[in-house]
Amino acid sequence: MNDIQFVARFAALGKPLDIDAFALSSGFSGLRKALAMAPAEVVAEVKRSGLRGRGGAGFPTGLKWESIVGGDERYLVCNADEGEPGTFKDRFVLEHAPFLVLEGMAIAAYAIGARTGYIYVRGEYPQIVASLSSAIASAVKAGYLGEHILGSDFAFGVEVRKGGGSYVVGDETALLNSLMGNRGYPFLKPPFPTEKGLWGKPTIVNNVETLAYVPYIFAHGADAFASIGSPDSPGLKLFSVSGHVAHPGVYEFPMGSTVRDLEAAAGGAMGNLKAVQIGGTAGPVFDAAALDYSLDFASMRKAGGALGSGALVFMNTTVNMAQVLDVTMRFFAEESCGQCFPCRYGTRQLAFMANKIASGQGKVEYLDLMRDTARVMVGSSLCPFGQSIALPLESLLNGFGDEVVSFVKQQEFLKEAAV
Amino acid sequence: MAINGRVSAGGADTVDDAGGVGKKRSTRRDTLLSALHEVQNHSPGKTWITNGELAGIAQDYGIPLAELDGIVSFYTMFSRERRGRHVIRLCDSLSCRICGSLDIYQHIRKKLGISRGMTTGDGAFSLEIVNCLGACGTSPNMMIDDHLISGLSAAEIDTMLDSLARGEA
Repeated sequence: MNDIQFVARFAALGKPLDIDAFALSSGFSGLRKALAMAPAEVVAEVKRSGLRGRGGAGFPTGLKWESIVGGDERYLVCNADEGEPGTFKDRFVLEHAPFLVLEGMAIAAYAIGARTGYIYVRGEYPQIVASLSSAIASAVKAGYLGEHILGSDFAFGVEVRKGGGSYVVGDETALLNSLMGNRGYPFLKPPFPTEKGLWGKPTIVNNVETLAYVPYIFAHGADAFASIGSPDSPGLKLFSVSGHVAHPGVYEFPMGSTVRDLEAAAGGAMGNLKAVQIGGTAGPVFDAAALDYSLDFASMRKAGGALGSGALVFMNTTVNMAQVLDVTMRFFAEESCGQCFPCRYGTRQLAFMANKIASGQGKVEYLDLMRDTARVMVGSSLCPFGQSIALPLESLLNGFGDEVVSFVKQQEFLKEAAV
Repeated sequence: MAINGRVSAGGADTVDDAGGVGKKRSTRRDTLLSALHEVQNHSPGKTWITNGELAGIAQDYGIPLAELDGIVSFYTMFSRERRGRHVIRLCDSLSCRICGSLDIYQHIRKKLGISRGMTTGDGAFSLEIVNCLGACGTSPNMMIDDHLISGLSAAEIDTMLDSLARGEA
């Protein structure tokens, strides 16, 4: 079992909005240590820790902070627009350990020279919008946010903003557009937000979980952080485990733990394990051989997938893969922002064919048509959303294509027999 | 607002009358979505944005009405059409689907006599399907207005919907 924990340890205090309980458990000790260093040293320490972004892309956090350039004003944005299906770890952090995120934001803001931070919370988490505002007020009152933080010259304020319901806004460029009161369209990089972000000013966008692990690096040291997990992906990770397991939930494990470790932590699969989708809806659906995969960025890439948000959806043998195909393609069609044609039209075609298949009106040739459509989308979509549909689609058709084909044929036969 | 009232973001930091809501609010663009939520849900049972409210916000923020309409239509949580007093958002992510979301959908559909995207004749409920509520540890899930609802039996769902329809809870 797993005995190294950080976020889960704070969550276990059971008093998420009690700032004294948080401080008594050595909360804010990382901020205190960071403020004793020069901002450039703080960035260097995060680089040394090897922390990688936990929103899905895994970009090295220290490198991102280091790359912020120019600007008379800079911003820090916490991305709490968690929308990846199967993912609920940011909700967990914000509900159970909100002060860790605020502490991480204060350290990040000090490092990059930001005076204002925003937390963009998805609209579907209204209670979190309210509880965060109360947590921020407590932190200001106790001197961890606001003017002269912990008696220093450093000033930093945090504001909460509520989203309106959109998956694509989870992308950092789309999020910035939404934060500025626009349609949540992603924009092409470069220029990167670190150069031109919010209101055209240099901006760092970090995921909730990424920011929650920043205090660890200063409370326990970059070496301690780097000693956990794998060399490629150091530290701990929050995994969202759902589907056919005895105890679905958020589990904190070192990076590089196996799928089997997480399955065991969640009380084991219910029934016979058939498949597991890893990394979210944009991740591949693997068969049960995935139990031996290591959950870190490099290992998952080698396995033909991606760690993504660290979501694991376990499926037992009662699940019809035509349904999985249908749910997945419909998701893409409904959440495509519609800005570029290949994605807007391609996702609709794919959803149409997948829905025909799942509802017993499919044709065998749809499978090849779907592959072709996805391939075009990979090469021509504007943002990673449209490019990523090939991963779940091809994994379903390659790993479970026989099942889908026989389902299509069986439905065809039943229809003919009924005439 | 920024700390100590200092303005930290771009755009005018004027405070205007909110036209129709009767409340002062900031008109910095980063507050636009919050303002839309506010007018949409300014009183219990009101769940959509009226033409007058949209025009009020367009004026306050200095955004052309057509552009604002385009912004509103991008986001799934806003509605420009009249919705029921209670909005049911049923999650049909993969996690919820394999844990029985379709059974719940069929149950609610039969009980209320409406399908996805429809509103009941008495104006009590609108039924929507969403792609993930971020609560997959308790699948299958739904939200009714601001509340996350998980793990209810068919009978419990009936009781809850009945009491909401009667204007309780």
